[in-house]
Amino acid sequence: MLLKINNLEKNYINKKEVICALKDINLSVYKNEFITIIGPSGCGKSTILSIIGGLEEKSSGNVIFKNKVKVGYMFQEDALLPWLTVFENCILGLKIQKQNNRDNISYVNKLLKKYGLYEFKNSYPKELSGGMRQRCALIRTLALKPDILLLDEPFSALDYQTRIKVSDDVYKIIKDENKTAIMVTHDIGEAISMADKVIVLSKRPAVIKNEYEIILDKKRIPSLNKKDINFNKYYDLIWKDLDYNE
Amino acid sequence: MNEELNAYLKKIKINKIKIIVFQLLIISLFIIIWQLLSDKNIINSFLCSSPKNVIKTVIKLYNDNNLFIHIWITLKEILISFILGSFIGIFIAAILWFNPFLSKVLDPYLTILNSLPKVALGPIIIIWAGANQNSIILMALLISVISTIIGVYTGFKHTNETSIKLLKSFNANKIQIFNKVVLPYNINTIVSAIKINLSMTFVGVIIGELLVSKEGLGYLINYGSQVFNTSLVMTGIILLAILTSILYFIILYIEKKLKNA
Ligand SMILES: Nc1ncnc2c1ncn2[C@@H]1O[C@H](COP(=O)(O)OP(=O)(O)OP(=O)(O)O)[C@@H](O)[C@H]1O
Ligand SMILES: [Mg+2]
Repeated sequence: MLLKINNLEKNYINKKEVICALKDINLSVYKNEFITIIGPSGCGKSTILSIIGGLEEKSSGNVIFKNKVKVGYMFQEDALLPWLTVFENCILGLKIQKQNNRDNISYVNKLLKKYGLYEFKNSYPKELSGGMRQRCALIRTLALKPDILLLDEPFSALDYQTRIKVSDDVYKIIKDENKTAIMVTHDIGEAISMADKVIVLSKRPAVIKNEYEIILDKKRIPSLNKKDINFNKYYDLIWKDLDYNE
Repeated sequence: MNEELNAYLKKIKINKIKIIVFQLLIISLFIIIWQLLSDKNIINSFLCSSPKNVIKTVIKLYNDNNLFIHIWITLKEILISFILGSFIGIFIAAILWFNPFLSKVLDPYLTILNSLPKVALGPIIIIWAGANQNSIILMALLISVISTIIGVYTGFKHTNETSIKLLKSFNANKIQIFNKVVLPYNINTIVSAIKINLSMTFVGVIIGELLVSKEGLGYLINYGSQVFNTSLVMTGIILLAILTSILYFIILYIEKKLKNA
């Protein structure tokens, strides 16, 4: 097990009120697992990732990492800095953590080659397609060799066609590099087709409403998983979970 | 295909030339009409001077070895205030970004100082700094710095949140966030603040010269008006206009270079 979350609670405080975003979240993350989190908008999905990633303080509960587990973050927008080239963007994290040594740089180059961005190394982000930008953002995250990847709606800025292709790409990369992933999404199909485990959150304050181990007839890439015979069964279950109030 | 492109490029070029021709036409017409009106005594050339008189004045200044001294004095004051003002403005904006508490504390003072007509402080500046170049530079700084601070700081504050969050996810410290994101993100803001700063500095320097100086273009204008030598006044104004344009084009050039880099 890489990460264990116990009774996690988060309140946001502003001038008018205290907003309870998370209430009693429990979660265990095992190596090489792909977890997706789905829930109504504004329920607290991003908050969970922010707390795991250390960008936000928790209010109470425990977030326990196994020894030396590192996390890497990937955002909704690709967040590539427009004034840096693809390569400079990819090594940004390494530079900031002063780890831009020869080994790590050659690892980045290897990733760029492997995932078809090497020719665009010296291009600027605006010259890339949406899918390529997302791959570039993923390589930037992978450059720091994180054990767990946190992906916050990484495909929602893409159009439908690209989105399907990029989710296949990103899925393959994550599996290829043997990473563990926690991904937040709005899309039920995406949640089921990428995950080993889907966590369904309630509306705010978010509690875990249901958890599904996804067992497919044959596990393949996401676009093919959507055609699996078991896929619709999960789809209907999660649909009902999310549809409870309206 | 290529022909079409060529035709298009040619059209753009012709249009550009047309614009320049008309721009030159306006200034030539202005000069010709001004000269004609004063030749025919339709306007009083004693009050309004004339292009010929302006040229005569320039030549006279040149022969007296005064022309470039006055230009240089004004230019020097402008450059000193401009460079000093830009650095101080950007530096203080950075301090405010690093220290949100301080920026909140200072916010009302900046707003008040910004809306205060700084010219009103002229007399007191002269009393404090003396009737010399220091007063002129101080005047120019006073006029330009506050707006530079506000412009640049506002830019810093509106730096893309996701980019900052990204850096935080790498555990970057505040200095790294500033250097890697805030500063590069705001290059355009800084350049336009500097452009405004340049015009503000001109205003400041000329006001300063009108108030205290014994040399410089502002002095020529002031002296000319006191002795009722309108040709001298006009000459001062025209030289000032030329100086402004030259500095402005230099800034535009630098901006272009920066954008292409
Ligand atoms: N910094 C903050 N200060 C105050 N309230 C916040 C803050 N961040 C989030 N919230 C509130 O907490 C709740 C959960 O936010 P969060 O961003 O985690 O939701 P989400 O499930 O990711 O939403 P979305 O589907 O829109 O991405 C929201 O109601 C939001 O308004
Ligand atoms: Mg969110």
